[in-house]
Amino acid sequence: MFDIPLPVCLAVPGKIIDIDRKKEYAVIDYGDGTKRRVNITLVDVRVGDYVLVHAGFAIQVLNEKKASETLDLFRNILSAGEEK
Amino acid sequence: MFSLHDRKLAQEIVFKIKKLDVKLKFMHVCGTHQDTLVRNGLDYLFRECGVNIVQGPGCPVCVTTPMEIEEIMLLAEHGKIIATFGDMINVPGEKHSLRDMRENGYAIHTVYGIEDAVFLAEKYRSRDVVFMGIGFETTAPTTAAVLLKKLPSNFSILSCHRVIPPALKTILDMGEIRIDGLIEPGHVSTIIGLKPYEFISREYNIPQVVAGFEPLDLIMAVWLLVRQIENRDALVENEYTRAVKKDGNIRAQEIMKEVFEPVDKRWRGFPVIPKSGLELKKEFDEYNARKKYDEELQEVWDKEFKEPRGCRCGELLRGLLSPQDCPLFGRKCTPDTPVGPCMVSIEGSCNIEFRYKKKTTV
Repeated sequence: MFDIPLPVCLAVPGKIIDIDRKKEYAVIDYGDGTKRRVNITLVDVRVGDYVLVHAGFAIQVLNEKKASETLDLFRNILSAGEEK
Repeated sequence: MFSLHDRKLAQEIVFKIKKLDVKLKFMHVCGTHQDTLVRNGLDYLFRECGVNIVQGPGCPVCVTTPMEIEEIMLLAEHGKIIATFGDMINVPGEKHSLRDMRENGYAIHTVYGIEDAVFLAEKYRSRDVVFMGIGFETTAPTTAAVLLKKLPSNFSILSCHRVIPPALKTILDMGEIRIDGLIEPGHVSTIIGLKPYEFISREYNIPQVVAGFEPLDLIMAVWLLVRQIENRDALVENEYTRAVKKDGNIRAQEIMKEVFEPVDKRWRGFPVIPKSGLELKKEFDEYNARKKYDEELQEVWDKEFKEPRGCRCGELLRGLLSPQDCPLFGRKCTPDTPVGPCMVSIEGSCNIEFRYKKKTTV
């Protein structure tokens, strides 16, 4: 038997490619060829959204805008320190 | 798209921290943070910059108590099918582990999530199935969500879920360790948001940063903490904005409230921590293994269980020790022959240390 050593606080990002009619489950594409059925009752999502998946559940929607801004934000924080 | 890479920026930040010539101790409470730190050699790098980072009680498998492990093993002995997360089955109990029991023919399954455990109950209708629910606020909502659905009557839950903020408070109240800043767990925070940490900054004057799991996330988190300390601030900052909202996941919080009530709970290495455990509310008694099988479990509840001999997981979980300080580390205690849970779990600091550093140190 195969035991899955799941880190209990790890969550993995994936993209929603399909949602069932009852809006209970979605198919998630992890971008590495892996697709999995995931429970989406904890979040409000649409096809195309990116979510964090943990223990078979989408636990949060990822913010693409914030993600693309993060590095710039970091650079700003760093240069703000320099002005002082 | 959601990973961060900028080597130059990382180097710049590290250079800035180094230049400040600090001597600080930070704590984080997440196995995945520890993995990022050790795998990338950031623990060494930060130490060279005067920042020592320790892992506190941030490993759900590790903080599960000997009592809870004996509870689930007793239920297995009484013929229940047990389902739990992978690492849990290797944690040594007083006599043996769940894995040993499985090798002797007991029905112990590892699952990816609670829904797989419900599936087992549907498949084996004539047997009782018990899911040992471990994990912090990241995992607890998944248990809560399942409890709100129609469940097979042969399914129940042994809730070992815990919440992080009360444990942070207890560490600070115990006062055994000086903590200059806290790196808060990103994925727990996707659920609870920033607010539950605020009292720590307010009452204990400790800077906090919620951080993600890329090396650059942690480098930035350390910089933000150092900057707060330099400015004499004590705030809760969020570095992991791509996943953590200020208010967290409100729906998940609501269903947790609907299903669980906070109870005082012992953590391995700690005294009882007030309101740190999540037990099922009365309405869910029929799915609560502790209620359903109370007569069988009484035998375990009447006993006291000690930590394994020589094991220093308790001190490790309170941030007082590093794995290499333990005389058993890498000698008597290895991932193949674990003495304590910190060597079992892939989120435990001993296991992480062994996997990435064993060859260079022992």
